Amino acid sequence: MLSKRVIPCLDVHDGRTVKGINFVDLIDAGDPVEQAKLYNDLGADEICFLDISATNEGRKTLFNIVSKVAESCFIPLTVGGGIKENSDINNLLKSGADKVSINSAAVHKPNLINQASDSFGCQCIVLAIDAYKDHNNVKSGYSVSTHGGKKKTEIDALEWAIQGEKNGAGEILLTSMNADGTKLGYDIELTSKISNEVNIPVIASGGAGKPFDMVNVLKKGEASAVLAASIFHFGFYSIENVKKEMLKYNIPVRKTW
Amino acid sequence: MIVLILDYGSGNIKSVYTSIKKILYSFNKPFEVKVSSKLSEIRKADKIILPGVGSFDKCMNRIKKIIDLVETLEDQVIIKKKPFLGVCVGMQILADYGFENKKTKGLSWINGNVKPLKNFINYSQKLKIPHMGWNNLSFSQNNNLTNDITDDDQFYFVHSYFFDIKHKQNIICNTKYGVDIPAIINRDNIFGFQFHPEKSGKSGFKILNNWLKIS
Repeated sequence: MLSKRVIPCLDVHDGRTVKGINFVDLIDAGDPVEQAKLYNDLGADEICFLDISATNEGRKTLFNIVSKVAESCFIPLTVGGGIKENSDINNLLKSGADKVSINSAAVHKPNLINQASDSFGCQCIVLAIDAYKDHNNVKSGYSVSTHGGKKKTEIDALEWAIQGEKNGAGEILLTSMNADGTKLGYDIELTSKISNEVNIPVIASGGAGKPFDMVNVLKKGEASAVLAASIFHFGFYSIENVKKEMLKYNIPVRKTW
Repeated sequence: MIVLILDYGSGNIKSVYTSIKKILYSFNKPFEVKVSSKLSEIRKADKIILPGVGSFDKCMNRIKKIIDLVETLEDQVIIKKKPFLGVCVGMQILADYGFENKKTKGLSWINGNVKPLKNFINYSQKLKIPHMGWNNLSFSQNNNLTNDITDDDQFYFVHSYFFDIKHKQNIICNTKYGVDIPAIINRDNIFGFQFHPEKSGKSGFKILNNWLKIS
């Protein structure tokens, strides 16, 4: 049976892993290459790198880090941040990324997802959606934000997800900007709304504080995978803790212990 | 021993290269791992790996663009019986036809067609496409390739199309995702993996190790 994936996410800023509360306060949390190796050994099903400063400051994702990680990690590697055009994607894939996640650029250039999917295959194109609660303006109650949460749009997150699938995205990385960094659990409502309406896998992100939060969003939110950062980085819980909790609730996992 | 990874401009082959190299180091025998699409290199190789990322039609087009590549491969693999491994789309293009984007003729080394998964999965099963993530294998027949592989071993899959194999004897393992999907296929010296062994952690290393040993 297909396992539900547990994905540690490394937010990278100037070559270091950082994790902020609500994307603002940055706390230094280590060397991304070492961390990726560690997570690979500890049973991560995939590793995600987001260069969180890239879009705003025009910085290209650190190809060096990607390349080093790809030499030591034999699990899928997703890289996002600062991707503006097909050539960025090509360079990342050549450095050793298996998938790229596209966020702001997809909003400004909706064609990018089509082009990328056409050139490299939908399996490597992840549409990253940073959604925030916006009950007054849009039908689904969630709008899309860009630039690491700094810019708000009035694009309906649900419609955007459906459009993303049509344009050729192979997966959606869905982050709740309201839940992110709170450790109060994933946004179940947001995740289930979107997962129920698209036929591609949805990775739930933002808000993980304990292993049961993962169980909840996989069961009630119908996510295909869960992504988390700080609960892993600071050693509150291990990937094994999370997978064992998932097993208790009969969620299929890849056993690595 | 020379292992050749066929580079025809098809995606990320760095991990295939690194994992094959790592395994061969442990064999304690002289080896070379080459990444090339030169016909002379293919003729010199002892084993050939065909990676593949992207779509069936694009992979086939890229292969056909290299003059005499198909003929050389057929001479080396079908006539000279060199061990061959196709991975993901590299396995799928061994089929008679693929139906991704448009009907495209494959290499016809193993009979069957590559069809969209969505046509075979019942809507009520609510299964997402692509089939993306880690899944286990169910064995249809015993083969040295699957030595030491247990139910706990899982492999990383990512695909929206699957190889509907015509002759059951060509299937070594299936994986289940709504339907039985051929995961390891074989005919004589030709093997194919639907999953990515180079992205399947320790389990992937085990199976690549087995392939390098038996072939």
